[in-house]
Order: sequence, then C-alpha cells, then structure tokens
Amino acid sequence: MIHRQMKNFHIAIIGGGVIGSAIAWELSKYKLNIVVFEKSSDVASGTSKANSGVIHSGINSPTGSLKARFCIEGNKIFQNLSDKLGFQLKWVGKYIVAKNKEESKEIVKLKRVGINNGISGLEIIDGKDVKSKEPNISCYKALWVPTAGIILPYSFTISLAENAVENNVNFMLETEVLDLQKKKDTFFIKTNNGDFQSQILVNSAGINCRDIVSMLEEPDFNVYPCRGEYLVLDKKYSNLINSMIYPVPPKRLDVLGIHITPTIEGNILLGPSAEYIDDPLDKRTTKKMMKTLFDKAKELIPSLPDNSAINAYSGIRCKLVFKEKGGWSDYRMEESKKTPGLINLIGIESPGLTAAPAIAKEITKIVSKSIKLKVKENFKTLKFQNKRFSELSTKEQSNLIRNDESWGRIICRCENITEHEVIKALSNPLGAQTLSSVKFRCRAGMGRCQGGFCTQHIVRIIEEKFKININKIKLKSKNSNLFYGRTREKEDD
Amino acid sequence: MAELERKKMINLNVDIAIIGGGPAGLAAAVSAYENGAKNIIVLDRNGWIGGILTQCIHDGFGVEETGISLTGPEYADMYIKKSQKYGIKFMNETMVLQIGRNKTIRAINKKGLFDIKAKSIILAMGCREKTRWSVLIPGDRPSGIYTAGVAQAFINLYNIMVGKNVVILGSGDIGLIMARRLKFEGANVIGVVEILPHASGLPRNVVQCLDDYDIPLYLNHTVTYIKGRERLECVTIAQIDEKRNIIKGTEREIKCDTLLLSLGLIPENELSMKAGVEIDKVTGGPIVSQSFETTVPGIFACGNCLQVYDTVDLLAIDAKKAGEYALNKTITQDKNITIQAGEGVRYVIPQIINKPGKIHFTLRVEKKMKTPMLHVISDKKKIFKKKLPWANPANMIDFYLDISKEIINNKDSIEVSLNDK
Repeated sequence: MIHRQMKNFHIAIIGGGVIGSAIAWELSKYKLNIVVFEKSSDVASGTSKANSGVIHSGINSPTGSLKARFCIEGNKIFQNLSDKLGFQLKWVGKYIVAKNKEESKEIVKLKRVGINNGISGLEIIDGKDVKSKEPNISCYKALWVPTAGIILPYSFTISLAENAVENNVNFMLETEVLDLQKKKDTFFIKTNNGDFQSQILVNSAGINCRDIVSMLEEPDFNVYPCRGEYLVLDKKYSNLINSMIYPVPPKRLDVLGIHITPTIEGNILLGPSAEYIDDPLDKRTTKKMMKTLFDKAKELIPSLPDNSAINAYSGIRCKLVFKEKGGWSDYRMEESKKTPGLINLIGIESPGLTAAPAIAKEITKIVSKSIKLKVKENFKTLKFQNKRFSELSTKEQSNLIRNDESWGRIICRCENITEHEVIKALSNPLGAQTLSSVKFRCRAGMGRCQGGFCTQHIVRIIEEKFKININKIKLKSKNSNLFYGRTREKEDD
Repeated sequence: MAELERKKMINLNVDIAIIGGGPAGLAAAVSAYENGAKNIIVLDRNGWIGGILTQCIHDGFGVEETGISLTGPEYADMYIKKSQKYGIKFMNETMVLQIGRNKTIRAINKKGLFDIKAKSIILAMGCREKTRWSVLIPGDRPSGIYTAGVAQAFINLYNIMVGKNVVILGSGDIGLIMARRLKFEGANVIGVVEILPHASGLPRNVVQCLDDYDIPLYLNHTVTYIKGRERLECVTIAQIDEKRNIIKGTEREIKCDTLLLSLGLIPENELSMKAGVEIDKVTGGPIVSQSFETTVPGIFACGNCLQVYDTVDLLAIDAKKAGEYALNKTITQDKNITIQAGEGVRYVIPQIINKPGKIHFTLRVEKKMKTPMLHVISDKKKIFKKKLPWANPANMIDFYLDISKEIINNKDSIEVSLNDK
C-alpha cells in the first residue's frame, strides 16, 4: 500500500472514523502528503457506523457552544456534500413529542434555544396535527424540526475516505499506533505496520483519543465511555413513521433519549440507550436494554409490533464528563500547547456526525497556520454511489445487463443486490475486503435473512475473483476469520 | 416510450410458471406435466436445481414415497431426470423480482429482464432460517455464528470448514444433522442446546445424529450470552424454567469458536405478499384451498413457503396436488367454507374448501398429548373421529377426509380439534 520511501508525511491522522475521514478528505484538496492510520479492517468501524445517522439541526446544544456552532455549520453543507459525494440524504424532519403539559414546557424551551441558535422553521404543533402526519403517534404537543435529516453514517464516512484515497491520501487499515514520540519538529509514529514520520499529527481516535494523547504528554482530561444500544426493525414496518420521533430529552446524562429513526433504506432504528461503562471496547448488546428500547419506543408508538427486530448493535459515546456530573461538555479541538503540531479532537460525541464536515474545515484552518496550503489542481470527486440497481428503471436495468452480465445476477435476495455491486464494493479504493465492508458499501447481507442466502455467494466471489485464501476471509476485523480451512482439497467427483 | 421499454424485455408465455426449483417446485412441475400441462417453466435463484436438497447429503429422503432411503441429491435427481424427460424448462440463477397483474412474472438473470406471462403460477420459494436476532441473543457480534443451513452449505457444497469447537442452539432437524456432520469432519461438537423440554427434530435424528456419537443434548437450556470481539470465544448457557426464565445459578460459560443456530424456519413470502396473496398469521404461508390455490385466483402455493414440512415425502404429496390443480384452475366454486383450528390445534391446511372430494389435511398441535383424539365438526356434528398414536408440536399430523357437497352447503365452516382423552 505504501512505498518504503514514502514514510514521511506532512500530516498523519490517527483514526478513520467520520472525523478522521472528513479531515483527510478536506485536506486532500491541498498539496500535502497525508496518511490515516486505522486499526480496524475498514473505516467507520467504531461509533461512526453505530449511531442514529441523523443530521441534526442544532437545537440541542447551548447557544455559543462548539457543539452548536459546528452542528449548524455542518447541517448547512450536507446537501451539497450529498450531491457531490453521492451518499443519500433525506430531510425527513423530526418531531420532539411532549406527552403532557409538563413536557410541553420543555419543548418550548428547546424551541427557544433553537431560535437563539438561528434555526428556522421550528413549530410547536398540536397532537391532532401530529397525528394527521404521523398516524401512529399520540402526543399532547410536538416540536417540529424541519431541518433535521437522515443519512447512512457509514456511507458518508466511506465516501469521504474513498474520495480522500482518490486524491492520494494513504489509508493504512489494520494499522494500530503503538507509540508516539516528538523530536524537534517531527512526530515519530510506531505502528504494527512500520514506523512513520509526520510534521502534524491529528488525533481523531474517538473513544481512544486519551490513549493517543498519553503517548506524548500527560492528558488533562478523562474519557467516560457511554454505550448506546440500538435495535433495527424489519423493512416491512417502515410505514410506522415518516419522520424522526424523539422524546423530550431526559434531564440527566445529556443524551437525546431513546428515539425512533427512519433510515434511508426503510428500516427503523430504536435507540440509543445510555449506559456508562468501564471498557470502551465493550460494544455488547444486552437483554435488559433490548427490552428497555422496545418499552420506551412503545411509549412513542403503542402499535409497535413485538419481534420486529432483525438486528441489534451498540456504539460508544466519548463523554468527557462522568455520569454524576450530568454528562454535558463541549468539544475540544485544539493544537496542544505542550506538544505543538499535535491537533486533538476530544469528546466528539453527538452531533459529531453532523459537525464532521465543519470540524474538518476548522482543522484545515489550524493546519494552515503551520503549513502553507496549496490547492491541488487535479482534485477529483468520486461518487460513492449513484442509484442502486434495484432503484433503476427497467430500461436502465436492461441496458446495464446487456453491457455486463454481472448486473443480472442477484446475490443478496432480501435487498436485490447484484453481483456487479458486490464486486464493485470489494474493489473499493481503500482495499477493505471483509464481509462487513461489502455490507456497508452495497448492503448485501443487511436484509431480513442477515446473510443467510448471500454469504456463501459473497465468499465465493472473494475467493475466486479476488484470490483471497478462505482462511483470510474475515467478518470485520483482523482476527474475525470465518473459516478453518477446507474439509478436503479436491472436490470428489 | 412504452414501446421502447417493452423491447428491452424478454417476453415469454407459459402455461405454468413455478417459482423455486427445490423439492416442492420439482414435484409440482412433474405432477403438472403428468396431468396434462405442457408448457412449464421452473425459475430458481441458484445455479443448480434441487434447492436445499443439494446440500443435504445425508440420507432419509423419500422413505415413505419410494421405500428407499435416499440422500438429498439422489432424491432431487429422481425428479430432475423426470423433468428433463418431460421437457420441463428450467431457468437457473434467475431471481423473480415481482409478480405483477395478470400473472406476469418479472424475473432477472444474466441474459436480462424477463416478463413471463403464465396461465397459472405456483409459489414454491421455500423458507429461510431464523437468525440470532429472531431470538435476540445478547452479547458481542463476533464471527463464528452460523445458521445451521449456511454451515451445511459451506461444508457440503464448498468443502469449507466453519469451526472446530462447536455449540449448536436448537435441536431442529438441520441442527441435529449438522451435529453429526461436523463430528464426521473432525470438529469437537460440544453439545446441542434446546430451550424446550424435548427435541424439536425427528426422534430418529436424535438417535442417529446425537446418541450414536455421544453428543449431549441439553434440554430446557438456552444460550444467554455470546462473547468474542473478533471470533467467537465462548457462549453462556443456562437452564430455564417452565416460563422460560433463566434459573439463577445455572449459567455457565462454554468455550467454543462456533455457534450453530437451528432455531426454526420462516416461510418466504415477500413475493406472495406483494402479489396480494393473503397470508395465514400462524403458518406464515399463504391461505390456500384444497387445491392449493391462494386467495389470488391462478396463484398456487406448495412446499415450505406454504408451511414448514417435517419431511420431503409429506411435502411432495401436497406439491403434486398443487401441480395437478394448477392446470385445472377453472374450478367451479360451489361455495367457500373455512376450516377452523379448534381446541389443541395450532393450524390446519387447507384453510378453505370450495369443492367436495377427498382432501389431504395437515395440521400441527399446540402441545404434546398422550392419547389424542382427532375430531372434525360440522354444524355441531362430528363428521370424523380418529384416534392418533401420539401428538406433539414437532411432528406434523396428516389425514384424508371426504368432504361431501352437503357439508359444504350446510355451513360456512368446519372445525378440526384434538383432545387428550
């Protein structure tokens, strides 16, 4: 992936989540040598893939905070990014529902914060008017937020990272930073895949941001991981809601509460829960929270059917304030005073997804103070995805098959994903070739059978077309092998 | 424009189009031909004919039908040879995208998009396996968790080994068969965990797949937790009480790299639903009449997309009927009566009768009975009574009954019930 001599970079970014990928893409517009180290087998492997996928309006953060500022700035540029990069975005809007008079005071307060933050279109609506738009929701009043949208968070991150690669950013997957040192003006970076040097070091390691800082200096902060569990519902329930349905945020913990979110693909998400945990890697799902999610969601949609989930997962919030103190803190994004050249992004939790493109622009400004940025003339934009095959017209589909028959073979029958789309996903510029990489790029395996039918066909494609030994075929990470060799080498006749 | 659009399509006209080339589709096709249909086409997603039979290399197929215990591929071959002799057309690697109005099927394969106009359609899509998320097993999300059928495909179709130390959750037939299969391939099969107080699969499979190989069966147990951040490292199993609550103190961790799930099957009916076919909430399959016609005239259903059958032999009986009737679809509907599942009965198929004659009924019971008595009641009168040797939810019960014109004309429904005397 990286030539031996290419070990000196202007900028090294640690972490290929949405923040690292957004920064890499933003900086790829300039003549810079950039490397991104990602310890997982693909980008968006942590919290960046395990969140609600909401483009927030900015009503939930106090006026004047970095959270509010970057969220609002980010929100404004998302449509343009979606058009350019080709990830899907839908402005479905959001209802924050008040169940009673008491709660309606809270939505009035939220509206006020929203207005102070400069957000337009906010309206407080009577329960019966909500019902006409959302027949399954019963409430007293609701705050309507039209400027909230949904994306697939992993698609966004992947599109940023793949575009960065197109513009010569080096992504090193399965590469963990083991040690950092700074000598004079250079960072010395030791990884499991060799040693590297850079002038600037961007710490966008998410939940692991403190570990990175502590390799260079004594951190002046703590990280408190807070797990959020989700349930994914079968597509057949997609007509339960049209917009996002949020409760009035619980006062403690500084989270938005368990909400119901439609997704681009027609599934519905329930979640997230909020639970402070000790181990930031503990992404388990629990029986207790699965029940809580259903119970809480039923408070919003009483007709929510049982046994409607097809998957469960969790993501970890990077909180800087512990539970007892209420959970709120602002983002920290700054160049370290003790270690010049180290740019830290700390505590980037929700609305981090929305804020990411604006944060990337801010970091570019910080970088420009120490490196003179020259615009790349040949900057390219690669569309992550035009329409899926299944969304095309009959004529378009026929033409595609005529030109390339791999469009005519359906691999994932739940989602109607073709062999062509699977091969394209496996040919991604990042070189990520796990089953999850396929799933997050083209959706094969994400339907109701959860890979029951398509896994064998994808495995055959990986083995035959991409010549990967079956023992090296992985689910999602370095050691998540799927198989233990062959039962016999030659097929008996 | 519409003209141009049409030219892009490949159009076909057939008498009978069968969706799915597994055991049900094959039996229906052969039977349709033998009953006079000529222009028959079978559409299948896979690159082979035979559906799941192809990966079922164990024997036990066709015992009742042929008197010989065949392997899955042998059983399929029996039908494939007949089909070929009859000139039945097969389209492989062909996915049906939708069933449109006027029984036109939109299908896709490497040659392009097809519009297949059929006089009758037989749904034979089979079923899919329940996943970890059907029962929401909490924990991490490592690799090494396979549904039993997927594991079977990897081992039997591709010679790929899925694990070394294996725990199996669910004692359905596929789970039991896979316990033995993995043992043959040198895996350490630690045990089969079953939430019910009895095995879900056929008794003969418990003996031949577990007992004969000293594989333990943990009844009234379930997997409560999955651990492993990359590959599976261990599962927690625990004993449960009658209400399926975990009995405290019985949890224990079992080190393993693989968890096979044999949790049951779900009839595949996304296509049927889109075609407007009414689905029975209990079976998960279409509501059908004695001729296996669904609520959409001219669309028939058979095999595991209708209901999950115990054996291929029983499945073939009904699938052949579907093939036979699909041709003679102009049924003079005397009158529709419904068949109600009464006491002790979970469901009965057919759900509708609209023509007198000898009818094959299949049903499942709600719970185990020692000396069950089957009753069929019409207008408060018992029209049929039969003592059964046993009854349990894992085994399908079937019987034949002549339904007279009088019964149909008499009332709007008849009831099938079972009680333990």
